[in-house]
Amino acid sequence: MQAEVDERTAAEHGLTAEEYERITGRIGRVPTLTELGILSVMWSEHCSYKSSRLHLKKLPTRGERILVGPGENAGIVDIGGGWAAAFKIESHNHPSYIEPFQGAATGVGGILRDIFTMGARPVAVLDALRFGPPDDPEAGPANRRIIRGVVEGIAHYGNCIGVPTIGGECSFDPCFSANPLVNVFALGVFRQDSIFLGSAKGLGNPVIYVGAKTGRDGIQGASMASAEFDEDSEAKRPNVQVGDPFLEKLLLEACLEAMRTGAILGIQDMGAAGLTCSTAEMGGRGGVGIEIELDRVPQRESGMTPYEIMLSESQERMLLVAERGREGEVLAVFQKWGLDAVEIGTVTADRLLRVKQGGSVVAELDTGFLSDDAPLYDRPHTEPRRTAPLDGPVLNEPQAADLLSGIEALLASPDLNSKRWIWEQYDHQVRTNTTSGPGADAAVIRIKEANVSLAMSLDGNSRYCSLDPRLGTQLIVAECCRNLATVGATPIAATNNLNFGNPEKPEIMAQLVESIEGMAEACRHFGTPITGGNVSLYNETLGEGIDPAPVLGIVGILDHMAAPIGSCFTHAGDLIVLLGGLLPDCRGEELPRRFGSSQYAKTVLAQTWGLPPSLDLEHEASVHEATRSIVRQNLAHSAHDVGSGGLAVALAECCFGPEPIGATVDFDTDHPLLCAMFHECPSRVLLSLPRANIGEVVAIAASLDVPLVELGHTGGSSLAFGLNSTTRVEAPVAHLRRIWESSFEASLETQ
Amino acid sequence: MKFGVIIFPGSNCDHDALYALTHNLGQQATEIWHESEELGDADAIFVPGGFSYGDYLRCGAIARFSPIIRSLRRFADSGGLVIGVCNGFQILCEAGLLDGALVRNQDLRFVCRTVNLVPGTLDSAFTSACQPDRPLRIPVAHGEGCFFADEATLDRIEAEDRVAFRYSGENPNGSSRNIAGVLSEGRNVLGMMPHPERACDGAVGSTDGIAVFRSMISAAGNGLRHAG
Repeated sequence: MQAEVDERTAAEHGLTAEEYERITGRIGRVPTLTELGILSVMWSEHCSYKSSRLHLKKLPTRGERILVGPGENAGIVDIGGGWAAAFKIESHNHPSYIEPFQGAATGVGGILRDIFTMGARPVAVLDALRFGPPDDPEAGPANRRIIRGVVEGIAHYGNCIGVPTIGGECSFDPCFSANPLVNVFALGVFRQDSIFLGSAKGLGNPVIYVGAKTGRDGIQGASMASAEFDEDSEAKRPNVQVGDPFLEKLLLEACLEAMRTGAILGIQDMGAAGLTCSTAEMGGRGGVGIEIELDRVPQRESGMTPYEIMLSESQERMLLVAERGREGEVLAVFQKWGLDAVEIGTVTADRLLRVKQGGSVVAELDTGFLSDDAPLYDRPHTEPRRTAPLDGPVLNEPQAADLLSGIEALLASPDLNSKRWIWEQYDHQVRTNTTSGPGADAAVIRIKEANVSLAMSLDGNSRYCSLDPRLGTQLIVAECCRNLATVGATPIAATNNLNFGNPEKPEIMAQLVESIEGMAEACRHFGTPITGGNVSLYNETLGEGIDPAPVLGIVGILDHMAAPIGSCFTHAGDLIVLLGGLLPDCRGEELPRRFGSSQYAKTVLAQTWGLPPSLDLEHEASVHEATRSIVRQNLAHSAHDVGSGGLAVALAECCFGPEPIGATVDFDTDHPLLCAMFHECPSRVLLSLPRANIGEVVAIAASLDVPLVELGHTGGSSLAFGLNSTTRVEAPVAHLRRIWESSFEASLETQ
Repeated sequence: MKFGVIIFPGSNCDHDALYALTHNLGQQATEIWHESEELGDADAIFVPGGFSYGDYLRCGAIARFSPIIRSLRRFADSGGLVIGVCNGFQILCEAGLLDGALVRNQDLRFVCRTVNLVPGTLDSAFTSACQPDRPLRIPVAHGEGCFFADEATLDRIEAEDRVAFRYSGENPNGSSRNIAGVLSEGRNVLGMMPHPERACDGAVGSTDGIAVFRSMISAAGNGLRHAG
């Protein structure tokens, strides 16, 4: 039918000799080029999860609130009153390196389609971003171009479609210079009785294509995302898709309206691997076949081959199966919104994906073979390789002036400085539900229909994960849940984005396995099953992989719609209280080793060593419970998680509210002030509260066996740190705030 | 009072306007699809924000050809109250119902932030409930919100007391003479970049936007003409 296919052609498509043999053995003949293309994307790492599937099974996926778990377009949770939320995170790393603006924009478009294809109206977006440092002496200019492009791309798409971008996180390391990460999380809301699944059913029912016309963009995008980059990556620019948020807005409104007709039986977006993946998966899930005629597919260009049409990743397209006889109702809705909607095929009984062009069959493959029978690898893995020494320099107590310059350096660092420059480019208010927006520990939106609020937190920490992927990942889960606790929310479910290097290297595979196992344990402990997510491997350029970068997105629920308390001080004269204890994990010689994973070590000492902070899951959960209880009883004016940069940075951030307020704190400890200020033990939350409430707060902490330390009080215009009743470091809040607020933009303007 | 909210393909602040007008202000509000020829029995028209037609070509440039614009123009010409917010402001300028144009923000970046506004006049159906000495905290969210007109037009707008709002303290987009909102010559059409409909509910921030709608309700109650 077409060009000849052999083992070499298969290799060019990223299929191994064994995989090719498996194909010819199963279909009993040499595949056509179109079939080879179809198989190569369906069996790519991106679509088949062939390296990770075995280990993903270790994750908890069930819980009383889980309505739909992994395997569908997004996970769905019960939020009460007959309402549900669909959410998922997805990466668009490789395209964002090649073409930052379009790569990031279509990343937003893709995850939003995953949400509304299930019938939910998207109401929130968050993003986790990783870049090379903007002030890197060599890669700086390229990094700044990528940062600007990605942020503008996310803003362009999200703002236009009218879904608020309400939070996220962003950090920097040289390993991300040539491998930036763009992970986008989206959440939508709908009635539990209006959930749509991506499954074809009903023999003879029409298969309908809606949305944008198919062009030659993004061909083989899924395969690109399943390989490392080399010197020729520039040539992959045409593999990046181009997004049209206006068209997606029309598609969103039209799909939700068409679903209300009751004539749609199954629907799936065309994301990675476009028409191939949507037809194969809908057929596979429904246990049926699908036959399509490519001449009927709306096309943007003439002369497209079956191979190109099947593998195109043109954006803003959906595939749906309607009830025969009622397709007119569906088509009428799309017509109202000015969208192409064409019957391109039918559901068949034979379990085959049959693709025709001009009436002749150009591909015929078993839908089960394409998806369920994809290769599954138990890739060899060693112990994770140590990337840094276990022991670091001797930690001498610095002079007061050096401690102060340490705070300044941390507040100025790209990892910790204010990201206002980023989030002010995002419309974070549209839909008027945002009760806690960007910059807060957790983002919160009210769900007017269900009379509840949902809190969301995205977290990652490759600094920790590169030193210990298992513990690092557990610390991420703990921080996410802690962030939710600060707004009073109970975590209910999670989604994950596993960003790693080349899994064919045993030491990289080890990071992935350790990370998943750590995540499984922590998610089980906090009652946050994983409802789905994304695995992005081969984040490597010229053989240099990224540090392990798992990202967690956890959703929590609040039983009211009022705005939660924030993380900043609001009243002078309040008590400052630390829940969880001052340095709970620091017994004996442990501390110097664990200090090596701190932001202070990275930024100020310019080296990392040792291990991440230790984590006691039981203790962590008690701290969350105490925090939630205090916040829900309105006993605190503010609550803030202590994270990167330790107490010094957390306290400074607390001072940077709309009305800046100073603070005076004193540490009663035998440890050096350096460690009290900058060590990052988990399980700690900073509270400010009226003096009158201290009795109740102490009682709550005691009842849960959570240590509580009174650190000092708010007020004045400076931030002062003391050790054992002697003030040692003091700085004006206005000065610190200026550094924190201006550094990011200044670093982008470096020439 | 009954508001009509016009929905174009790509409008995305329509839900917010409908919610604020009905839930926060207790008024009636209905959706009007852009292909409709009639405004129905609305007492006032709200042209919401968003990205009508993807803002392709130029913000509001395609929306002004929608069928509903003819009836909107008739309604405005006969004295009906029309408020256009953000993309709605851009559409009203493109449709010739307001002077001036909105161009890209001075720093070329989209900006979402709550800003301070001061009323330029209290003598209008949109600002009468404001207080002269108290700034309103209202959010902006736009990439092309820099109000621009030639000097003569700006002089005339000011001389005719048609500046409805100015940015106070900080000008988020580089607008000429800090103008955030302008009135038509007949004073019955307002265009403004800040979103008063986002500032009607304490749970999500400021409630200062209520003053704009209270002014309209009171003007309608005082028998300001409305054409059906």
